[in-house]
Amino acid sequence: MFGIVIFPGSNCDHDCYHVLKHVFHQDVEFVWHKEENIDKRFRVIILPGGFSYGDYLRTGAIARFSPVMKAVERFAKDGGIVLGICNGFQILLEAGLLPGVMIRNKNIKFICKDIYVRVEKTDTPFTKECKTGQTLRLPIAHAEGNYYADPDTLKSLEKNKQIVFRYTTKDGEITEEANPNGAKDNIAGICNREGNIIGMMPHPERCSEAILGNEDGRFIFKSLIKTIIF
Amino acid sequence: MIKAKVYVTLKKAVLDPQGKTIKQALEHLGFKGIEDIRLGKYMEIAFNGKSEAQAESDIKEMCEKLLANTVIEDYRFEIEKGE
Repeated sequence: MFGIVIFPGSNCDHDCYHVLKHVFHQDVEFVWHKEENIDKRFRVIILPGGFSYGDYLRTGAIARFSPVMKAVERFAKDGGIVLGICNGFQILLEAGLLPGVMIRNKNIKFICKDIYVRVEKTDTPFTKECKTGQTLRLPIAHAEGNYYADPDTLKSLEKNKQIVFRYTTKDGEITEEANPNGAKDNIAGICNREGNIIGMMPHPERCSEAILGNEDGRFIFKSLIKTIIF
Repeated sequence: MIKAKVYVTLKKAVLDPQGKTIKQALEHLGFKGIEDIRLGKYMEIAFNGKSEAQAESDIKEMCEKLLANTVIEDYRFEIEKGE
């Protein structure tokens, strides 16, 4: 069973629901942000994109204190799988469940376009259906996706193989031009050391159907489904 | 009544794309000799029925917990005693 958290201001919650329910025919339910417990039925919790609490103060800064986040933390500690997409990633960073922060895009603009990411790590519940080095074309839509962490944190992310996605060219080359927002080391997605919490800026839920012209997002959902079935 | 002014600013090592853009805009308007601009946040908090010492320790906790993200931001504050 998948759970999708709704914060006030979430706006990709229904996209995630649609993909899981109607495209992949999975059991999925919404979880209101005031919930203090996450039911044992859930195997995966998704923190969707959007503008929780209007992005006031800092993106994710207020949502991180929603009652549900304590439950998400416990859920993850018990091995539950947590996927934060875009604003969900920002919330995970503010909550300290993943290291680092998001700052304003280098060009200060809201960027909404397709980019390429290279899959750096395939031994995760989110990427096991990908091949290492495979590139995915995914849409981004954010103003604060410029990942920042101090040099020591970046080193430890690298050392512990926590970098899951990097912005690259179509051919998987890391270049400055391929980095849409100025993120350190072209980081587009990271996981925790245990590998059960991931945050990613691109939106796989917006590209998982042929009718939308791009199905690369399916790799993420297929990986998750495979993880909870076996 | 006790009032506090809280300033939240980006740490020196952190790039400030907004500050940079504001600097460029000002230069475009003809202002010269700007070395650097860093954009920060300013908040005013009014307390009721709190001692200065209480207010001070509360503000510190507020900043650590919510008002600043200490990974990238520093904070400082001033306390004013009003009538």
